Amino acid sequence: MVLDPSLQAGRDRPRKHLRAATTEAPAVRWTLIAIGLLFLAVFLLLPLAAVFYEALRGGVAAYAEAITDPDAMAAIRLTLLIAAISVPCNLVFGLAAAWAVAKFEFKGKSLLVTLIDLPFSVSPVISGLVYILLFGSQSLLGPWLARHGIGIVFAVPGIVLATIFVTFPFIARELIPLMQEQGTGEEEAAISLGASGWKTFLLVTLPNVKWGLLYGVLLCNARAMGEFGAVSVISGHIRGVTNTMPLHVEILYNEYAFSAAFAVASLLALLALLTLVLKTALEWRFADNIVAARGH
Amino acid sequence: MATAALSRFRQPSVIPGFGLALGFTLAYLSLIVLIPLAALIVRSAGLGWTEFWRLATDQRTLSALKLSFGASVIAAAINTVFGMILAWILVRYRFPGRRIVDAIIDLPFALPTAVAGIALTALYAPNGWIGQWATPLGLKIAYTPIGVVIALTFVSLPFVVRTVQPVLEEIDTQYEEAAATLGAGRLQAVISTVLPSLLPALMTGFALALARSVGEYGSVIFIAGNIPGVSEIAPLLIVIRLEEFNYAGATAVAALMLAISFAMLLVINLIQAWSRRRFGHGA
Amino acid sequence: MDIRIQNIRKEFDRFPALHDVSLDIRSGELIALLGPSGSGKTTLLRLIAGLEFPSAGRIHFGDEDASEKSVQERNVGFVFQHYALFKHMTVADNIGFGLRIRPRGSRPSRRDIRRRASELLDLVQLSGLEKRFPAQLSGGQRQRVALARALAIEPKVLLLDEPFGALDAKVRKELRRWLRELHDRTGHTTVFVTHDQEEAMELADRVVVMSQGRIEQIGTADEIYDDPATPFVFSFIGASSTLPVVVTKGTVTLDGQPLSIAAADLPDGPATLYLRPHELEVVAGGDGAITGTVTAARRSAGSRLVEIAVGTARHHLELQLPAETSVVIGQTIAVSPRRWQIYGTGVGPGRSA
Repeated sequence: MVLDPSLQAGRDRPRKHLRAATTEAPAVRWTLIAIGLLFLAVFLLLPLAAVFYEALRGGVAAYAEAITDPDAMAAIRLTLLIAAISVPCNLVFGLAAAWAVAKFEFKGKSLLVTLIDLPFSVSPVISGLVYILLFGSQSLLGPWLARHGIGIVFAVPGIVLATIFVTFPFIARELIPLMQEQGTGEEEAAISLGASGWKTFLLVTLPNVKWGLLYGVLLCNARAMGEFGAVSVISGHIRGVTNTMPLHVEILYNEYAFSAAFAVASLLALLALLTLVLKTALEWRFADNIVAARGH
Repeated sequence: MATAALSRFRQPSVIPGFGLALGFTLAYLSLIVLIPLAALIVRSAGLGWTEFWRLATDQRTLSALKLSFGASVIAAAINTVFGMILAWILVRYRFPGRRIVDAIIDLPFALPTAVAGIALTALYAPNGWIGQWATPLGLKIAYTPIGVVIALTFVSLPFVVRTVQPVLEEIDTQYEEAAATLGAGRLQAVISTVLPSLLPALMTGFALALARSVGEYGSVIFIAGNIPGVSEIAPLLIVIRLEEFNYAGATAVAALMLAISFAMLLVINLIQAWSRRRFGHGA
Repeated sequence: MDIRIQNIRKEFDRFPALHDVSLDIRSGELIALLGPSGSGKTTLLRLIAGLEFPSAGRIHFGDEDASEKSVQERNVGFVFQHYALFKHMTVADNIGFGLRIRPRGSRPSRRDIRRRASELLDLVQLSGLEKRFPAQLSGGQRQRVALARALAIEPKVLLLDEPFGALDAKVRKELRRWLRELHDRTGHTTVFVTHDQEEAMELADRVVVMSQGRIEQIGTADEIYDDPATPFVFSFIGASSTLPVVVTKGTVTLDGQPLSIAAADLPDGPATLYLRPHELEVVAGGDGAITGTVTAARRSAGSRLVEIAVGTARHHLELQLPAETSVVIGQTIAVSPRRWQIYGTGVGPGRSA
């Protein structure tokens, strides 16, 4: 048997430095991965771990006590109430806006889309401030509202308005590109078959965007429950009355009730983790039906 | 007549509901966003130019704006560098846990800012997990401008990753291969072919991170220490003015910040328009 | 520069893309790698370039073993299917790229690079387009800029991946002729990949037909067409029909009827008869002919395309007859092949005399 030496060498694996032209050397690759992961560990995972560590440092009993404190319970209830009002409001708006923008051609459309995104570029503090300027005691409307006993500033309606403002674009900006991508063909077909506008919307449009809609609702809800700046400005921090969970965390923290503050914070952190899990599951499962509203 | 006017405004369609949908959209948009923002602008205009200028150029206001911007620029720069690395490893490499890493990047979007604020403070305070190592080195992080940078880095972390990632995914490796066949080394190939295509996305990500950081409030106030003139950010100054019932002062700072936000929004849109013209895709 | 490819094997994640491929390319030759998608032709081209590395086997450029050289060291000119022109660089900058990125010692001066770019633009007949960006060029122009860019580094070999794939039919024909002229003028050893047999046959000195990671045949256009080495080549190149036949002691029978086809060198057993539509002619009938019923007939340019059903199993057979032949659906006709190929199961072909 003759063994051609060159052939024999060819059976060996190629030398290490020979790699496809579009990858880096393993050392470079692992260094970059290590840098990236270390950065995430320090900036994301450590704070997250700190929340749960600090929350449970005083023991499980103290944790349970902090959460079941009447003020904490009131804050949880208020937070759920705020989300329960503001998310459906923005849902209806998102559907209407997406229907108008995605299914019709009209002048000023791109301006409208820009305006819908506007709340994202406004500081949360300003989002709260504008309602104080509009409805506060020093405003034009203020005295009139006071005479009629309508409380907006330092009351639940103000908190709801501020929350709606900061979560305003979430559902619309998820639905608009999704519905634009799907075009108008199916709706036109349904109408040509005799369906009414509502029937078309319910039976044709809505099923096509349901996962994207859910995705938008998820993000909207997370922000609604967690909003701090805007709500802080307008709430007046009245314990048990206008305190949402994030505000309650702040009050406890400023009173040096650290364990209690972190206990309530841990609930919000769990909500964040749950949101991430559901969001990721939606992205993996229904990637085609979601135009990931990334960036906010 | 009415029909003719309507058809000039929009193209005809068999799909119903345009009037209802657009009417509701505009009414809701006006009530929630436009009228309140207009109220802010009207109120600040009502101050008169000299009064506005006096309030806006007040020493404390200026140093708050300087800190907000300076710290935001640093945080956005940090996130541009690390965001680029993260986008690169997520798109180009396969390693265990990659999908989980990809998911966790959005944590700052999901975690309430107040929670992030107290967690970061606990970490970087002189007796915290990280703070206790920094203190002996003479490095004070919490309650200083460095703490502000840390908090802003946290909240604006996802922006660059999330703008660069999809663009990088779309970039065909054939450009790098072409550079390689022409003799370019790996680094040369990446710098000369990939980086120019990522530039608009990097700029957009930087601008978005900056815009978010400048307005950020919740995560910063706990770690900043809020010493006037040193570690007091502009949004906090608005809140302080409000608590003093100094509405004019609050309005002036807010109007200034709003103007800056709109300017940044404009810049972001210009980058994207330029990128579409130049590269045929948005950033 | 001749290229010797020896026993190349390539697997992607255990999936074999090339099995034991060997090919010798002579200096100055223009070679086409032809095959359907998934045949491994592009993989082979990328292995020659050094964009991929083989799982086993070696590649020699002249006397040099190129197997261990990176793509940067191989000095090949590669034209990508979609050209891969750098969008943010002008045409001149694209062409000069390979020179501009050289280390300081071997880098020509800026003026020389500019002059070289202009010369190459003249060569590809695009003089004066230096300042344009790729987005401002037509598909054919981009193709030629990509070629000029590849030639700028004075490559030892020129490799083109589906060079005309992204162009419309008219431009494609023009560029094909132009590329042949350019090759004859510059004399680069050139390998191009195509799935278009017409393109391969018209342009290449020799065609390498590939299928499922293997080379089926290497030869000139005449050899490939007239003497297909395998059933795959016969059916892939040009139109063809097949009939299942049985070989018994050198006699070929269809449905038990002996045909006037000799197959002396084939072993006994079932075999497949390969026929081309235009190599069948109508005969008066009788012994040895293939008889069938006309199922369809239509006029196509200068000929009449007829389909007949042959034998009890009604095997489908296509004929390309002179236009003046008149046939009626349902009519029985007898045809006889001027040329044919018979492939037994697992053995080499028997051929028409």
